[in-house]
Formats: sequence, structure tokens, C-alpha cells
Amino acid sequence: MNRQVVQRLGFALLGAVALIVVIPIVLVIGIIVVRGAGAISWGFLTEMPRDGMTAGGILPAIVGTLVLTFGTAIVAIPMGVGGAIYLSEYARDTWLTRAVRLAIINLAGVPSVVYGLFGLGLFVLFLQFGTSILAGSLTLSIMTLPVIISAAEEALRAVPTEFRTVSASLGGTKWQGIQRIVLPQAFPGIITGVLLGLLRAAGETAPILFTVAAFYLPYLPHSPFDQTMALPYHLFVISTQVPGMPDEIKYGTALVLLVLVLSMNLVATLIRGYFRRRREW
Amino acid sequence: MEDDKIHIEGLSYSYGDVRALHEITLDIPAEAITVLFGPAGGGKTTLLRLINRLNDLVDGTHMEGRIHLDGEDIYRPGVDVTDLRRRVGMVFALPLPLPGTVRSNVLYGPALAGIRDQARLQETLERSLAQAALWDEVKDRLDDPASALSGGQQQRLCIARSLALEPEVLLLDEPTSGLDPISTGKVEESLFELKKDYTIVIVPHSVQQAARVADHAAFLLQGELIEHQEGKRVFTQPQKQRTEDYITGRFG
Repeated sequence: MNRQVVQRLGFALLGAVALIVVIPIVLVIGIIVVRGAGAISWGFLTEMPRDGMTAGGILPAIVGTLVLTFGTAIVAIPMGVGGAIYLSEYARDTWLTRAVRLAIINLAGVPSVVYGLFGLGLFVLFLQFGTSILAGSLTLSIMTLPVIISAAEEALRAVPTEFRTVSASLGGTKWQGIQRIVLPQAFPGIITGVLLGLLRAAGETAPILFTVAAFYLPYLPHSPFDQTMALPYHLFVISTQVPGMPDEIKYGTALVLLVLVLSMNLVATLIRGYFRRRREW
Repeated sequence: MEDDKIHIEGLSYSYGDVRALHEITLDIPAEAITVLFGPAGGGKTTLLRLINRLNDLVDGTHMEGRIHLDGEDIYRPGVDVTDLRRRVGMVFALPLPLPGTVRSNVLYGPALAGIRDQARLQETLERSLAQAALWDEVKDRLDDPASALSGGQQQRLCIARSLALEPEVLLLDEPTSGLDPISTGKVEESLFELKKDYTIVIVPHSVQQAARVADHAAFLLQGELIEHQEGKRVFTQPQKQRTEDYITGRFG
């Protein structure tokens, strides 16, 4: 075989591999859209489930997922971004900060069902929050923290050191430099990390399984101590636990979850692109 | 000597095991240009950064000796470092405009200091840009991004940014190293104007520039102060062989 043939074969092989990566994504989205689109109606999005969930809408699950994601954001964003600012801007390289970093890396690798069990033990039982939105949001927050911290720290470190030096040389305190120069410059990276973290939280089933999710609760939650339905868990339940569930409702629910998560992803991408173009260094 | 603005005594400095400065003793007079020159790695930048304590941001360093500004030890515990840096401004080797407009760059320091009075800020903006010989070029572009200016304009913007704080001392670290001869000339002209009111310490980017701007000159070699003379005599009648070797181009 001559070199050109080898080269062409190589490219063909690599192209095929790339295509294989795309196929499942296209199939997943395609099948869910085709089979679920029929279920989507104003009623499906705004009504309570009826007849043992085999009819009616999925409003409580949508609201539940939005509430849980919001609760996670309230806890995880300040803690995650604050921690990242500390690690990137203030912490010196000591055994303690190295231990913290190691912990963050390891937390990112913990299976989500372990977070669920941890949340059950700590928030539901020990702190007696009960099976509640509070316990679920806190559990999801802990799972999301390592993603947010890592992304935010990386974004902060990408801001040139010179800006900090210039700010200090003009009589700025360290915090003034961070607040006025470093944070605004790191903002797109931070927001991307935050959204990717929250997106993962919104789609997870295992951490909410023991801490908040209700099997069938045709009411909207009233307080942080209420249980709630949530899209991922609802999907799991109607797909495996309820006999005679119409396929259309299953795929419709999956479609709503997918659109919710993908639109967050899209927003993250748009924000990142917008700020990249505006960046001046 | 009561005209001495800065008095450096027995200053030694090291980064970890690397010695950067060794027992420097040097007086820097007020309202004049003092040039610190010598080959790369001689400790010029380190010396500048010690005068406004910018090296506080670097970990793992060791310092001995003292630096006095108006007779006060600037490394004495209890010194307000941000206040010191307002009194001692710094311009870096590369033009480093902050993200934002021409206006926001110049007014960054005053904003940090908490000045809100619009009339005063406008006055500061015009005065600083005029002192840096930039006002005429940017007066219609005050709200353009600073990064849209040319390299020479950006460097004069950085000088204006330091001047906006009305410092007493201006430290310049090779301020013309990235500039063309015309921009360099403009920067040097503004230095001659500025020395009437300010104490200027400059690390020049060439011996020629050192000789052009110096009222006093100090030659640093490998962290040691080899020679320090008033006026331009260092360049015409050096006292030490090593100084002569350097300015006649035998090394460096």
C-alpha cells in the first residue's frame, strides 16, 4: 500500500469514529422528539396528573425540578464561587489547600447515588429536615459544588496576573482588584461552569431519590419542607413502576426534561460566546 | 540631605535562594529623574518594585535593609500599603491597559480611592492625559476601549493612569521598550515636564536613553550598585572599570 492509500484509509476510519459518536445523540434526540412531541400540549405542561398519572399533565414535576434547581443554585453558587475565589486569589500553597483541592477532585468522582445516601443520612435524618425540597437542594448542591469550584477557579486563573498587579499599583486593595477587574473578566467562564453544574443537578435522579422526590403528589409545593415531584424521578417512575402508562406520556416527559436541560446548555454556550468576543486580551 | 525623597539603606533582597539585590545604599533626590541602568538581571525592576511594595504580592522572598520615603520607613509595620502605592505610582514595561475605556482606565485609581465628584474626576482626567502628552490624541475617544489605542498611546495612557492619583514619586520600568522612536520621544518629553513636580525613577531601555534623561544615574550589575553619580558624569567619566565597559558596549 502506498502512503496516499494509507492516509485515505486513516481519514475514513477517523471520520467513521466521529460519525459513530454523533449517531447516539441524534438518535436519542430524534426518537424522543418524534415519539414525545405528540404529548406536548398546553394542558400537558400546565395541569396536574390524573388517573394514577396515566392522564393529565406533569406540572408538579416541572415546577419541582425548577424549584430544586433554583434551591441548588442559591446554595451552590455563592459557596462554589466563593471557594474558587479563595483558592485562586487568597490561598497560599499549603498542605491544607492541597487537601482541599484533592477533596474537590475526589468529590467530582463520587457516584450520584452515594450523594443521595449521604443526603438521606445527614439532611433528612440527622438534621431532621425530612424528605423535603430543602434536603434535596442541599444534596444536589454538594454534588454540584466540585463542578462549580473547578470551573470558576480555572476561569479566575485564566485572568492575566498583570491586571492584579496594575490594580495594586494604583492603590487598590486585593479585593478591589478582584471585584472590579478579575471577577468581571472571569464571569463568562464562571457562568458556564455554574450552568453546567446546575444542568447536571437538574437531570439527576439518584440524589433526589431518598431526599425529596415524591412518587405521586398532584399539588405544587408550598414550603421548603414539602416534598415535590421532579422530572427525572417522575420519568423513572412512569417508565418502570406504573403498568399501562401510555408511551406518549413517557416520551413527552423525557422531551420536556431534555428541552429544559438543553436550553440551559444553549444559554451557557451563548453567554460564553458573547463574552469571548468582547474580551479585550 | 533634605532634598532626598527616597533613601535606600543596606537593601538586600532574594527570591528563594536567588539573590537579586545586595546591600544597595542609594539616595534618590526629589524633582529630578534618577536613572537605574545596567544589564538584564541586575535587579533594577526588583528595586523599583520594592519602592512601592509591589513585591509584597510575591511569595517566598527575603528582604534586609530599609527604604525611607520622606524619612519614613515604608516597611515599618502599620504602613498602609494602598496609601503608599497612591503616593508612589508605577508604569510597567509593557502597556497594560485594564479592560474598559480610556476614561475608566485613567479614573481607575481615583475610583478606588472613593472619589465620586464628577467635576473633580473630569478635571483629573484632562490633567492626567495632558501631563502624559495624550490629551490631544484621545480627547474625542475617551469612551473607546483602551485596547483600541496604539501601543505608544496605551503606554502614555498607563502613565496618565498613574498620574491621576497625583503621586509624589513615579516609577517607570522600561516604559518605552515596546515603542517606536516617535512615541519614545513623546514619553521622554513628558518626563521632562513631569520632573518639575515629581520624583521620577526610571529604568531606561537603553544606555542612550539613560544618558538622555538622567539627572542622576546609578549603575546596577548583578544586584550590586557599582556606581552612582549626579548628572550625566557616569556616562562621560565613569569611575569604575565595569561601568565603562558597559556603557562603551563591551558587554550587556
